[in-house]
Amino acid sequence: MKITTGDELKRLRDHLRARQDHKLRVRVCGGTGCRARGSEEVLAGCRAALAEAGADRDIEVIFTGCHGLCERGPLVIAPPQGIFYQRVEPDDARAVITRTVLGGELIERLLPTDPLTGRRITHESELPFYAKQRRITLRLNGLIDPMNIDDYIAWGGYQSLAAVIAARDPLGVIETIERAGLRGRGGAGFPTGKKWRLCRAAPGEIKYVICNGDEGDPGAFMDRSLLEGNPHSVLEGMIIGAYAIGATHGIVYVREEYPLAVKTITTAIAQAREYGFLGSNIFQSGFSFDVEVVRGAGAFVAGEETALIAAVEGRKSEPRQRPPYPVECGLWGKPTVINNVETWATVPVIIEKGAEWYAQIGTETSKGTKIFSLVGKIANTGLVEVPMGMTLREIIYDIGGGMSDGRELKAVQTGGPSGGCIPRELIDLPVDYESLTRAGSMMGSGGMIVMDDRTCMVDVARYFMDFLRDESCGKCLSCREGTQRMYEILNAICEGTATEEDIETLEELAQVVADTSLCGLGQTAPNPVLSTLRYFRSEYEAHVRERRCPAGVCKALIRYHIRPEKCTGCLACIPSCPAGAIAGELKQPHVIDQGKCIKCGICSEVCTFDAIEVV
Amino acid sequence: MHELEPIIERYQAQRRFLIPILQDIQAEYHYLSPEALRYVAERLRVPLIDVYGVATFYNCFSLRPRGKHFIRVCMGTTCHLKGGWRLVETLQRDLKVQEGEVTRDGLFSYQTVRCVGACALAPLVLIGEKYYAKMSSRRLQQTIQRIQRAEAREKAPQAGVSTVPAHSSGG
Repeated sequence: MKITTGDELKRLRDHLRARQDHKLRVRVCGGTGCRARGSEEVLAGCRAALAEAGADRDIEVIFTGCHGLCERGPLVIAPPQGIFYQRVEPDDARAVITRTVLGGELIERLLPTDPLTGRRITHESELPFYAKQRRITLRLNGLIDPMNIDDYIAWGGYQSLAAVIAARDPLGVIETIERAGLRGRGGAGFPTGKKWRLCRAAPGEIKYVICNGDEGDPGAFMDRSLLEGNPHSVLEGMIIGAYAIGATHGIVYVREEYPLAVKTITTAIAQAREYGFLGSNIFQSGFSFDVEVVRGAGAFVAGEETALIAAVEGRKSEPRQRPPYPVECGLWGKPTVINNVETWATVPVIIEKGAEWYAQIGTETSKGTKIFSLVGKIANTGLVEVPMGMTLREIIYDIGGGMSDGRELKAVQTGGPSGGCIPRELIDLPVDYESLTRAGSMMGSGGMIVMDDRTCMVDVARYFMDFLRDESCGKCLSCREGTQRMYEILNAICEGTATEEDIETLEELAQVVADTSLCGLGQTAPNPVLSTLRYFRSEYEAHVRERRCPAGVCKALIRYHIRPEKCTGCLACIPSCPAGAIAGELKQPHVIDQGKCIKCGICSEVCTFDAIEVV
Repeated sequence: MHELEPIIERYQAQRRFLIPILQDIQAEYHYLSPEALRYVAERLRVPLIDVYGVATFYNCFSLRPRGKHFIRVCMGTTCHLKGGWRLVETLQRDLKVQEGEVTRDGLFSYQTVRCVGACALAPLVLIGEKYYAKMSSRRLQQTIQRIQRAEAREKAPQAGVSTVPAHSSGG
C-alpha cells in the first residue's frame, strides 16, 4: 500500500495507534547484549505461556531494540503499568506472563534495587540510570518493534518527511538543521547543515547520500543499537537529507560484524519502499530516492569518508587527499554527503520539534544530546544519551552507578583509538567537542571506557597502537612505519627493556606522525600516547626506571603470589595450572614456583578465597 | 556451470560488486581459495592483483580454510581491559595453533576480531555464531573440551577412521 499524502499518513498513524491501545505489550529486549544472554528464549517462553493461557489475542510479545542498560539483561518490560524486570532467565518467562501480566502481581526478585535507598524499583523511569538521561535520538529504542514499520508510524514516524515534502522548501530544511546547530556525531563534529549546503550547491545532476555505519571504534556501539533498534529513524533522516540536497540515491554502509543491524536496516528499506517512502515520486512530489545496503568487510580506516567511498566502489578502503571533499567529488566522482548513523537519526526529531527546541539543549558550541557507550570498569554498562555539556562525573557516577567491584576511578578513555585518556582529576570536565579536545582527547563516535586503578596506562597506549598499526592502510609512510615503531617502543616499555631515552623518542615520533599523515587515522594515532604521557608520565617512568608496573598488568614486570594467610589449601588451583607450577597439601597454604609460572592468571580465576595476588 | 556462478549472478559482474561477491563466497566456503579468486577476477574483468589486494586488505576475508568450530576472540578495549588477551593465550596453549591456523583434527581455528560492539559482555568470545559472555580462561578450556568430547562421540561409530583432514570448503 503506497502512502501518497500527509493526510493518509496521519490517518494510518491514528488507526495504528488505536489498534495498539487495545493491546497490551510485553517488550523483551532484543539487543545484542540481551540476545547473548538468552532473550530469544525468554521471548519464546513468554509467547508460549500466553498461547497456553489463551491470552495471545489481546496481549502481544515484541522484540525491541536495545534499551541501553545492557548490564542487567535480559530486560523485560511487562504490562499493564510497564514493570521493569532485569536478568530475566528463560525459566522466568512463564512467571512473568502468568503472575504479572495476567495476575497483576510483582515478582520481587526480578526487580532492580535503588542503590541509595535499597528499595525495589518497579518502573524504568525510576532507575537512576534513566532518570538523568535525555533520550531524544534513542527515544523509541526499546519501545518499538524495529522489524515493523507500522510501529514506527504509530509513534509518529515519517511525519517529518511528510512535512518536509509538503513544504516544498529544500533550502528551508538545510536552514533548520543549521539553526539547530547539529554537528556530525561521527566524531569530528563538522556542522551538518553546512555540509548539506555545500553539497546542494555543488554542480551536477546526480548526488548521493551515505550513512556511515562503520563504527570501527572499539568500545562504541551506539550506531549498532540505533540500526538494530530503530532503523526507520535513520532512513527517514536520510530521505529528508536527500530531499534537501537533491540526492537520488543513498547507501547505508554497515559493518559486517553487525549482522543483526544489516538485517534490520535491509528489512526497513523494503518496508519503506512498500509504503512509498522510498522509490519514485515520493508523496507524489516528483522527488525520487532509493537506498541500498553495502556491508563493510572489516577495516577501521573505512570510517574515514574518502576511504569509505573507496570501499563502496569495490576497492581497498584507502583514504585520499582532500580537497576535493566528497561534497564536491564523492562516490563515483559525484557530490556526496556522508553522515554518521546517529546524525541521520537525529534529523527527523529536529524537523519534528524545531530548530529552536533542539538548539536550547546542550552548550553554546555543542548543541543537542550525544549518545555514549559507557563501558569498562563501571557498574551500569550500557548506552546513555545525555545533553552535551554534562560532566564526566554525572555520567560516570549518577548514571553509570560508579565503579564496579568497589575499585577506584583512574581514567576515562574517550574517542576510540583517535582519542585519549582523561585522568580522574578532570572528572568535572563538561563533555562537549571543545573541552574534550582541549583535554587531549576527542568526542569520537562516543565510546567512553572507564578505567580503574588496575589498568596500566602504558599497556592501554600499547593496545591502541597495536590496533592502529594493524589497521593503518599503509598508504603513508609516516603512519605505516610510525605506528609500528611507536608500538615497538611501547612494547619494550611494557617488557621492561626500554630506557628513558625511548620515552623521548616516542614523544617526538608521535608529533611527527600527527603532523605528516594524510588522513584522520594517522593524524590522531598519537593521541593515546600523547595523552597518557601527559597525565600518567610517572607510570611510564616506573616501567623504565624501576622495572615495575604499578597497576600490576605488564606480564614481564609482575608475578603471581599466594597469600598464605588467605589460602585455605583447597587444592583447586593445582590441577588448573597449565604449567604445573603450584604445589601444596590439603589444608596447607600452597606455593607458586616462580620458575615454572607462565603468568596465565588461571589460578586467580579459580581461587574463590582471593588468595592469589599480583606483585 | 561453474560452482561460483550462482553467487556472481546475485550481482552484476562488475568491479563495484567485488566485495559483496567475495563476502558471499567467504560465507559459503569459509575462505577464499586461489581458484575462487582467479575465477572472480576473470568474470569481473578485474586484474587478479586487485582481487588479491581487496581479499588481503579487509579483515573478514581469509585465504586459508578455517576449523569446523571457528572461534573469534573480541579484542575491543573493554575486552582487553577485562583480560581478553588471556583467552588468546589459552587458545594458543590448549589448541597448539597460532591465529589463522587450523588444529590437526580440523576442528578448531581462531581469530582475534576488532570490537563486536557488545561491550557489556566483555570479555567476549564467539564460537560459530554463539556469543559467550564474560568468558574466563577456565570456562573457555571447558567449552573447548565439551566440543571435543561431543565430536569424539559423533565419530565413535566409525572407529578406525584416522585423522580428519582440515575442514575444507564443504561445497
